[in-house]
Amino acid sequence: MGELLKVDKIKTEFQTDKGPVTSVDEVSFDLKEGETICLVGESGCGKSVTSLSIMHLLDRNGSVTEGSIRFEDKDLAHASEAEMRKIRGNDISMIFQEPMTSLNPVLTIGDQLTEGIRLHMNYSRAEARSYAIEMLKKVGIPRAEGIIDEYPHKLSGGMRQRVMIAMALSCKPKLLIADEPTTALDVTIQAQILKLMKKLRDESNTAIILITHDLGVVAEMADKVAVMYAGQVVEETDVYTLFDNPKHPYTLGLMKSIPHITNPDDMRLNSIPGSVPSARNMPKGCRFYDRCPHAMKRCLAEKPELKPIEDKQAHSIRCFLYEEEEKDYEKKHAEKQHAEKEVSS
Amino acid sequence: MGMKLNPNKNVPEMTGTETSGQMVVQFEKEETYLHMVMRRFLKHRLACVGVAVFLLILLIALLAPVIAPQDPAKIFNEFEAPPSAAHWLGTDPVGRDVMSRLIFGAQVSIAVGIGAVAIYVAIGIVLGLVAGYFGGWVDMLIMRLTDVFMSFPYFMVILVLVSIIGPSLFNITLVIGLLGWPAIARLVRGSVLSIKEMDYVKAGVALGYSTPKILFQHILPNALAPILVNATFGVASAIIMEASLSFLGMGVRPPAASWGNMLTQAESITVLSSQPWLWIPPGLMILLAVLSVNFIGDGLRDAIESQNAK
Repeated sequence: MGELLKVDKIKTEFQTDKGPVTSVDEVSFDLKEGETICLVGESGCGKSVTSLSIMHLLDRNGSVTEGSIRFEDKDLAHASEAEMRKIRGNDISMIFQEPMTSLNPVLTIGDQLTEGIRLHMNYSRAEARSYAIEMLKKVGIPRAEGIIDEYPHKLSGGMRQRVMIAMALSCKPKLLIADEPTTALDVTIQAQILKLMKKLRDESNTAIILITHDLGVVAEMADKVAVMYAGQVVEETDVYTLFDNPKHPYTLGLMKSIPHITNPDDMRLNSIPGSVPSARNMPKGCRFYDRCPHAMKRCLAEKPELKPIEDKQAHSIRCFLYEEEEKDYEKKHAEKQHAEKEVSS
Repeated sequence: MGMKLNPNKNVPEMTGTETSGQMVVQFEKEETYLHMVMRRFLKHRLACVGVAVFLLILLIALLAPVIAPQDPAKIFNEFEAPPSAAHWLGTDPVGRDVMSRLIFGAQVSIAVGIGAVAIYVAIGIVLGLVAGYFGGWVDMLIMRLTDVFMSFPYFMVILVLVSIIGPSLFNITLVIGLLGWPAIARLVRGSVLSIKEMDYVKAGVALGYSTPKILFQHILPNALAPILVNATFGVASAIIMEASLSFLGMGVRPPAASWGNMLTQAESITVLSSQPWLWIPPGLMILLAVLSVNFIGDGLRDAIESQNAK
């Protein structure tokens, strides 16, 4: 499995009347072919902005000011609009949150579906149409030959999201960005859509960036998880480690705030006290300081870095609490590299 | 189809919910948007009369060479003759058949009405789309230009321009067309501002569509309804504008016939009082043409814009 996407310490800023506001800061993650990464975090923590930064779909006043985004051998952070247009829909495509408004009401399903197919795959009108019908069948739309000539208002939310998935996957993208694809759907449909995405991912080896705030969805879908807080990745690891052994105080707080079926009836759910700091005046030190049960003096003054702590699985944390483990890792890592060097020489 | 749950082979994950969705999909043919607009429009009685009258005028204009009893420029021996069997609406002071001139005048009004509006709708749509979609300094530039055009004393500018490039059917169509776009541009820009925030436009960008494609294929159809209504009223005012210009001698010049230049003969008090066949028919035709177009516009507006009043 080759490396597909490498996001390295990107910083996304928005120019506003009151000066620049940093929405995403030092976000890094990487993704291999066929792998699924979930970006998790509460509203406004920069999940969507991260994905929009990759796609160059930020509003006019937003831009990636630092860091790099490597997709295969291209640097997306500095790609031109013309290059991006070739990539969008073809190599990377996207599914949005609101299936009810993601389809153009004045064009038929077929018009919208075949447009991208004809554009990126150079099919003729008839070929594109039969391919579109095939895609609709693939995503589980019944009576696809009829539906293709209908207008979107006749379809339910679940059906529309299926059409959106068909649109996004029709040009066989290498990377699919799904921005809360199931949030607007009711739970039974949610499960179907997730299953469908999983099936299509396994068939076509598409990598997925899934943005969600639902840890249930994470457990269902993810290979890797990046937990985001206030525009930064605070913890990144594979999905099993995250649920078995969460480390960062924020992740721990999130885990505690999920209702559990074994909880006693009268138990109140935990919540994390306080609220997210405003993007306009981020604290100098740790951004979780105000709300952290383990806050120390140095958290206020110093900024923690995202550092790996364990050797077995990739597990990185942005917290001073685990500095010992980080040092251990660094030491072991250095020893290992040293040993490798000796072997090779 | 029985009620037995028998999921399709292609879609193994289908559960009960979507299977029932399958039944929902096979609902009876719902009426399309176009049908709904048609139905509402037909309910508007005056609008239907308007369509009938306008179609009649259109037919007269198209068939003018066939149905006109005489050549409109041919001069007969009788001047200012009252209506008779030979000349149904009499003759004018030069001795031309009024009926024939009236029929050929329809061509001018229709040509100016539709031609000028087509020109300015095209200009207005392009400028409005570009201004609304790109925003920023492009928007600023186009909208200030619009303000400038809107603050011209419209009629004066047209008079001046026509007198510079010379009065003719083509020139007045062009001038009215080149000056009429600001209202359309504003209208389109306003619609685009809200439509471009819709997810389907973002989805279009995310699928890699080119900007012109997004503008004309995805945004424009959603903004078309108010443009259509506005353009219809525009046809009426363009017809009046042509008549006024021709009346002032700045439009279609004799010997070519236009309803406006036929009215010029009614400038004298003797014609007004004793030769009504010279000015009532062209006046009436202008009235009918403008009124019918306005009724059509009213009907369209009610049919298109009252989305929820079923």
